[in-house]
Amino acid sequence: MIAHAENIPRGRHPLVQFIARWVLTTNHKEIGTLYLCLSFTLFMIAGAMAMLFRLELAQPGLQFVTANFYNQTVTLHGLIMVFGAVMPAFVGLANWMIPMMIGAPDMALPRLNNFSFWILPFAFFMLLSTLFMEGGAPNFGWTLYAPLSTTYGPPSTDFLIFGIHLMGISSVLGAINIIVTIFNLRAPGMTLMKMPLFVWTWLITAFLLIMVMPVLAGAVTMMLTDRHFGTSFFSAAGGGDPLLFQHVFWFFGHPEVYILILPGFGIASQIIPTFSRKKLFGYRSMVYATVSIAILSFIVWGHHMFATGMPLVAELFFMYATMLIAIPTGVKVFNWVATMWRGSLTFETPMLFALGFVVMFTIGGLSGLMLAIVPADFQYHDTFFVVAHLHYVLYPGAIFATMGAVYYWLPKWTGNMYNERLGKIHFWIAVVGLNVTFFPMHFVGLAGMPRRIVDYSLPFSDLNLVSSIGAGFLGLSQLLFLYIVVQTIRGGEKATDQVWEGAEGLEWTIPSPAPHHTFETPPHVE
Amino acid sequence: MSDTPRYYVPHSSVWPIVGSVALFLTAFGAANFVQQSTVKVATATGSFGAPIFYTGLALIAFMMFGWFGTVIRESLKGMVSGLLDRSYRMAMFWFIVSEVMFFAAFFGTLFYARIISVPWLAGAGSNLETHLHLWPDFADTWPLFMTPGGTATEAMEAWGLPFINTVILVTSSVTVTFAHWALKKNRRLPLQIWLAITVILGTTFVVLQAIEYIDAYNELGLTLGSGIYGSTFFMLTGFHGAHVTLGATMLAVMWLRTLKGHFTPDNHFAFEAASWYWHFVDVIWLFLFTFVYWF
Repeated sequence: MIAHAENIPRGRHPLVQFIARWVLTTNHKEIGTLYLCLSFTLFMIAGAMAMLFRLELAQPGLQFVTANFYNQTVTLHGLIMVFGAVMPAFVGLANWMIPMMIGAPDMALPRLNNFSFWILPFAFFMLLSTLFMEGGAPNFGWTLYAPLSTTYGPPSTDFLIFGIHLMGISSVLGAINIIVTIFNLRAPGMTLMKMPLFVWTWLITAFLLIMVMPVLAGAVTMMLTDRHFGTSFFSAAGGGDPLLFQHVFWFFGHPEVYILILPGFGIASQIIPTFSRKKLFGYRSMVYATVSIAILSFIVWGHHMFATGMPLVAELFFMYATMLIAIPTGVKVFNWVATMWRGSLTFETPMLFALGFVVMFTIGGLSGLMLAIVPADFQYHDTFFVVAHLHYVLYPGAIFATMGAVYYWLPKWTGNMYNERLGKIHFWIAVVGLNVTFFPMHFVGLAGMPRRIVDYSLPFSDLNLVSSIGAGFLGLSQLLFLYIVVQTIRGGEKATDQVWEGAEGLEWTIPSPAPHHTFETPPHVE
Repeated sequence: MSDTPRYYVPHSSVWPIVGSVALFLTAFGAANFVQQSTVKVATATGSFGAPIFYTGLALIAFMMFGWFGTVIRESLKGMVSGLLDRSYRMAMFWFIVSEVMFFAAFFGTLFYARIISVPWLAGAGSNLETHLHLWPDFADTWPLFMTPGGTATEAMEAWGLPFINTVILVTSSVTVTFAHWALKKNRRLPLQIWLAITVILGTTFVVLQAIEYIDAYNELGLTLGSGIYGSTFFMLTGFHGAHVTLGATMLAVMWLRTLKGHFTPDNHFAFEAASWYWHFVDVIWLFLFTFVYWF
């Protein structure tokens, strides 16, 4: 039973009603949709930037853009993909699915939920506006290293700083809401150890967000005061240290990496059992592995800084701590494979994305292990090998997981089945495009091609051309995704409530499409 | 079960979007403001930053007034169930955790400066060569009286105003607890008196902090620009001072609400949230006093 209040006034102009509905909404499903739409829009914008610099990199020499503009697009591509594409996509999925998976009527704090979302469009408006400012957009990479961002940063850096503050506020408020929802609104009988893994991984992710987003806020605040108020946090002449910025940034940055992947782990753990028609293998160990990864993420930030001249003892510590993460991650990969073992597998589109996730995320994980070895890292540091590594964990990791999740739950959201044939075509173009784009980067990186530089020497030409061609396919495949989703929203074969034969969980017990309000009376979980 | 969990889901609300616009104006105005108020960027663009910034802040205040007003009215109508009350409590707890981490970034910076960057600049570890080449005269002291670049400052003495402020803040944490006990026994007059004393102590703290700052700038030459000692000093005490101001404002609002007859012995989440926040700024201060002023 739910008490309602403050209905939107009826009888106004349809456009006013439409705007009022989406701007004032407190419904978790509507806010989830808003998050997903914003995420996809920003994904396309940051993707267009990637298309642009892959075009530039297709041949050595300067063809289309200036070096400074190249740097600006590289910076904004990273920032928008991390904060604008991946994070809001996961929050959108959390909004849609967590209340439905735990049998809650809505998020715990619906008004706060609306607030968390509507901060974001403004924040990204501010970030994108820097492109049109005098002196250009920030051009020092998404890691914002001092003194590039302090002494040498363009004036628009201040807009970046305050934009990040807004994103941070949004993330922390959103994370608080998710934690409270999970702890407080579970249906009777839904104990913590019965929660679906997507909910578990989001619980841990929300905890990480609350722990590290304020640290990023502190880092950019020190950037701001160094730029304008004469402080010397990142200036050796005043007793500070530019490297301090890297320490603070990566104390945020490494847990952030897991913020970008843990919900993906959760999604794979939902999809794989469904299409294997088996229970998830090793549920408990999955939960413990997630918790261990989160704890370890706080003590490995130094592996981003091996080449900065840290004392040997610190390098060794960060190296071994980093390698420890391979254990819980290995447990997860083992569990996914063991879930499929002797299952009756079918390969619908969500399953294909989940399998792509497991296989290619593992490639990214293994190149991560290579990077964790201090003496080897001296060779790989700041080369395209790192670019290959991070795109192998983020693209098949975060983005494949999100797309798999959209295909998996879209019938529940819209009541229609998507076009399976087109979905499969999307997957295969994406997989081929992805590997053609990023796999050659391993080789040019090992051969010494530095990242974040607009030009390169001739021997890298062929492989860079291959990468750029792959990137084109990868970019185009997303337009197909958009088409499929729009087509599914507009109509299609009706989905059953169960949608997938092997699916288990509360979200499949409610009608498709999911009604505006679900679980007004909490279900009882045995 | 007789008490099926009843959860209040508000249908739609105008306050979040007001808050988003307010935050945007504040951030956008502040970014223009910092640029237009420093010589780094020529003021050809005018000085519209400040008015936008202050408009944003005013709008934030307006939003809080409206949003919290709505929540208070819902609470007075009895729409807040035990479950929702627990949601509020958990949310406040995690909000304070995020605040702790915000301060952790600055404490981390302080320890990094004291343990790593300053000794290294003076040649500790394997940094002798760097030291001899860059700033051979630089000596490792804390407080840092002389930066490598040659900016001099004096240190802030712990046992003057800062110690008095410590006593004030610890006392105020006790008085707010007395107010809470009075509220739980429904004794309204002691509640109002203890709460008023807490607000007065908080305000005194902020005033003394301001006097300390003036003293630092005028007498000691300790400014934001006097190297990493000044940077960490003002960053930590400044953000703490801002949080004390916010906490005192929250408690003042609670005091006004007690005058209007709000809060009952078992329904006073807002009061508790404000007092948790107050204890949080108190604990942060104890760390500040220890590591910024004392040792």
